[in-house]
Amino acid sequence: MPSGWEGRNSAGESMEENFAYLRAWQKRVHQGGWAGVSWPREYGGRGATLIEQVIFTEEMARAGAPPLANVLGLTLIGPTIIAHGTETQKQRFLSRILSAEEIWCQGFSEPNAGSDLANLSTEAHLEDGRFVVNGQKVWTSLGWAADWCELVVRTDASAAKHSGLTVLLVDMRSPGVEVRPLRQMTGESEFNELFFHDVRVPAENVLGAVNDGWNVALGTLMHERATLGAGLHVLYKRQFERLVELAQTIDRHGAPASRDPVLRQKLAQIYSEIEIMRLNQIRSISRVNHHGTPGPESSLQKLFWSELNQRFQQVAQEVLGPFSQLENGSEFAFDHGQWAYSYLRARGNTIEAGTSEIQRNIIGRFVLGLPRSY
Amino acid sequence: MQFGLTDTQQMLKHEARRFFPAECPISEVRRLMEIDGAYDQGLWRKIVEHGWTGIIFDEEHGGMGLGLVEMAVAAEEMGRALLPGPYFSTVFVAGNLLNALPQGRSRLKAICEGRARATLAMLEESACWEPDGVGMVLKNGRLSGTKLLVPDAAAADLLLCVARSGGEVLVAQVCSPADRIRIRRMPSLDRTRQLYSVAFDEAPAEVLARGEGAQAALDRAMDIATVALVAEMVGGMQRILELSVEYAKTRRQFGKPIGQFQSVQHQCADMLLLTESSRSAAYYAAWALNEGTADARTAVSVAKAYASEAYREVGNRGIQVHGGMGFTWENDIHLYYRRAKASEIAFGDAAFHRERIARTVVDGRAAAQIA
Repeated sequence: MPSGWEGRNSAGESMEENFAYLRAWQKRVHQGGWAGVSWPREYGGRGATLIEQVIFTEEMARAGAPPLANVLGLTLIGPTIIAHGTETQKQRFLSRILSAEEIWCQGFSEPNAGSDLANLSTEAHLEDGRFVVNGQKVWTSLGWAADWCELVVRTDASAAKHSGLTVLLVDMRSPGVEVRPLRQMTGESEFNELFFHDVRVPAENVLGAVNDGWNVALGTLMHERATLGAGLHVLYKRQFERLVELAQTIDRHGAPASRDPVLRQKLAQIYSEIEIMRLNQIRSISRVNHHGTPGPESSLQKLFWSELNQRFQQVAQEVLGPFSQLENGSEFAFDHGQWAYSYLRARGNTIEAGTSEIQRNIIGRFVLGLPRSY
Repeated sequence: MQFGLTDTQQMLKHEARRFFPAECPISEVRRLMEIDGAYDQGLWRKIVEHGWTGIIFDEEHGGMGLGLVEMAVAAEEMGRALLPGPYFSTVFVAGNLLNALPQGRSRLKAICEGRARATLAMLEESACWEPDGVGMVLKNGRLSGTKLLVPDAAAADLLLCVARSGGEVLVAQVCSPADRIRIRRMPSLDRTRQLYSVAFDEAPAEVLARGEGAQAALDRAMDIATVALVAEMVGGMQRILELSVEYAKTRRQFGKPIGQFQSVQHQCADMLLLTESSRSAAYYAAWALNEGTADARTAVSVAKAYASEAYREVGNRGIQVHGGMGFTWENDIHLYYRRAKASEIAFGDAAFHRERIARTVVDGRAAAQIA
């Protein structure tokens, strides 16, 4: 465990300083042989099962360890390259993802392609053996730190909207790539906007087949829904225990808030839901282990944890009372304003990685077999 | 690590899934619910012949000696078929209590062999699910007073009763001279699992356990019965979901199946989430109780608190998806909706179990540590 880590953004003054710390931490984890637990051995992983990967993630969270810097490369893009990449691509990219030598971001959403991702209009055409890319991406996590981008582009405008897409692996240092910060409601800029002006990408950087990008991207999205929640229940449980600790000391009508019968009910409900989130996750991962890749059931996990976190943060606000709203900077703020931040941050949970509405569409259509609604 | 069902458990599930809807289809459920006791000798004999009455009891008592996860597997299918009558009270409640009492085990053979149907009389006017709430006193080996909301009493020939004597809680078997016991139906929402008041007028009773022994056996039996109930509730949710999705695919309005509308799809998606989450909680609690893990009692309460609200909510949405049809007597969903309410109440509702959870995870520091 590295020193100087006390939770979110605690390791540096700026976002960049903090990220450099997380990158150094991942390098150490990698040197210890713990990055990419479930990746094949020939690409630098441990060749373990997905369940073992989840156990490792949980243990990291339980120990209060910092997250790994290259989170998208490790959980989403790496597995997609393993599934669809050529041998040359695997040799070129995978070990550098594990060592955090190259940070990855995901160029999926666009201003006019959010839930309707296949409607994206960033286009690429071949010119002298290279793709020329033009367009705009948005909500790109880690765009500012990334060396590489898994970019979905339209390569055949005449095809049906799901059929004309291709995934490119784009060097973020290429001429014509512009990264702008996108400030979110928490005040932070976790995300970026990406602009591509005549960016040239070698043809060998196509991931999967040309015009088969929807299938490749879908694999990434399913990994996102399936694995984003892994270990999350441990973080929630740690937060819950901290909230209980506070509830035992905060006065409410002359007694600890933890004795308030209404708050006790709400706390017990949140505890139950965190516990059920853990159990759902275990069952879901067992299924993935059995079938190989995550299926549409992963939408159930995403739906559950994102909506639970919003209920959780609201209960935390009620337990903490009027000081709950104080942000970092006030001496009366609990835990340096962590709870006020988490309350706002949770609001994004039901939107990022596919809105709750999209998850319910997926469950309705692909899990329950209801007719397509759009 | 094994997070799914074993092959043997899968086989049991298939067998239960085949047996209960075949031997007790919903038309039979409807017939039995109009009969006092919802009991049919022919159905009971088939249940016994298939060994279901002995599922969790040791082979020396004539049982199959299976564990609590297997119990949950079977209970889920019974709940899906809405099995009426005295099975649950006999095996999962009274049978489990007898099994937890050294002096009770000799009576298990009659239960496994189907010769006795049994129930547990616990609640009184205080309507309290903890033995502390019991006020009935045993005096000179005789019980007087009235027990309320006793399930399946009309079909039971072995009546267990929680009472107290000298400040100690006790479990007694009531010997039943008909002139000292009066059983009356308490008409209630779930007609497939009927409730009765049982009035004793100096009815002779044999004490099976008292004090700590009785308390521990009651705790254990109630926990197991609660898990069986939650598993049954999961089966009920599963059935409502199946019926609703099927209806949404076939019922047409505005020229298309209503399942094509997102408002309907999203109701169904939420029903699936509630059902699967309840299932996760139910099976974990069964496993935890079977293994005797430190968090087993909390796991039981988590499952019951969650499923109590989930079953009702799945019922609400299922009826909504069915529209006007869902509000008719002819449609089967209300039978499940009625069972959902009775199950929500039995062995403590969500608020009761959340308070039980709070006593561990909000009050006790050590117990709140990550499992």
